[in-house]
Amino acid sequence: MRVTVTVNDQDYIRDVEPRLLLVHLLRDELGLTGTHWGCDTSNCGACTVWLDRVPVKSCTVLAVMASGSSVRTVEGLERRGGELDQLQVSFALCHGLQCGFCTPGMLMTARWLLDRLPDPSDVEIREAISGQTCRCTGYENIVRSIRHAAESERAAG
Amino acid sequence: MQVPAHFEYQRATSVEDAIALLERYGPESRIVAGGHSLIPMMKLRLAQPELLVDINGLADLGGISLAGDVLRIGAMVRHAELLASVTAGTHFPLLHDAERVIADPVVRNRGTVGGSVCQADPSEDLSAAFTALRATAVIEGSAGVRRVPMREFFHGPYQTAVGPAEVLVELQIPLSNSATLAGSSSAYLKVDRRAGDWAVAAAAAVLRIDRDSVVTEVGIGLTAVGARQFAAVEAEDFLRGRQLTGEHIAEAGDIAAQHCSPVADQRGPVDYKRHLAGELARRALHAAAARADLAIIGRL
Repeated sequence: MRVTVTVNDQDYIRDVEPRLLLVHLLRDELGLTGTHWGCDTSNCGACTVWLDRVPVKSCTVLAVMASGSSVRTVEGLERRGGELDQLQVSFALCHGLQCGFCTPGMLMTARWLLDRLPDPSDVEIREAISGQTCRCTGYENIVRSIRHAAESERAAG
Repeated sequence: MQVPAHFEYQRATSVEDAIALLERYGPESRIVAGGHSLIPMMKLRLAQPELLVDINGLADLGGISLAGDVLRIGAMVRHAELLASVTAGTHFPLLHDAERVIADPVVRNRGTVGGSVCQADPSEDLSAAFTALRATAVIEGSAGVRRVPMREFFHGPYQTAVGPAEVLVELQIPLSNSATLAGSSSAYLKVDRRAGDWAVAAAAAVLRIDRDSVVTEVGIGLTAVGARQFAAVEAEDFLRGRQLTGEHIAEAGDIAAQHCSPVADQRGPVDYKRHLAGELARRALHAAAARADLAIIGRL
């Protein structure tokens, strides 16, 4: 079945089985392995990508359901010219990752949060990432990273 | 790797088209909305449809709006949209209470109200909420549109009144218990083991009291404790017509606990769940009463 999808502003056409999940289209067909494939049960959030501008868990979306839509993955966070997104900078500075497995999902959800809410409280940050599981950090440094990114972006205007 | 078995996929172009596809392919065809119940079931082979009919593009099934004396919620409304709806929250605060504790924000971006209700999982939150609100399900098939009261909608775990070639179009909630009316409000309370988990137990309460604090309307819904049609009918019958006092609310909670049938599982034993059913019904009634009339709190 034909799937036409725009990923990070680039158009792709692929013929796939209807049962192919979006996470596997991104990783196996398009080679975009930044999106991680974790629990496969829509719990852990490692596979979170934006589908038509909102984060969704791509292990629970069929690739054919995304046809005609635009997808943004962690590879699309980087700005033109290779400049990292402020969230990526802040995660690095504040040790917001250890093994890095949950990081793509954390980043995509956090980007969505800060786009809508530039000055979130810690409670709002924790609520926003409550669908993302991290087994290394205990979340403290992730919350700190997101807060740091928010403060940096507000300071930069 | 968990991947569903083979199936065919079609996008419906209208509700009529969806019904025609379901009729043509027979009972092995299924509608997919947000897919957050069905796709996991398909990965585990608990569901193995031969055809998926995708209704995500159907604008007719979207939207939250006031229409006459009801609030209508389209079947394709995402959980996040219901949680963000000022209209829904103003009239029925329990809808926002419930949505806040359904899964997590990312899942709520995709999962739908209609999909949740049609999945009819005994632990699903909106089923008890709509039951307490006495909502009506609007179901369309080739023979026309049927209206089924929520209290006749659930035929058992994972079974509903929606036939194999029918589509749930929307849910309608009567505005007669709107929180905008004096003496009327609602609340939903849930106990879960961790953020985003299914309920160990939860309770929904809808209340309307008159100037003398007599209960004129009451709806009590229970989640995950084996209540018939998710309703605590005996507790409702006890409270209706009685003065809203702390003692009467406590007794209503006891009655709700007595009449439900929880089963023991990894979320807890029967006596704990029964205790929660009673306690959460009490607390939900108190919360609804507090919202309905701040003056009454001192007397409860």
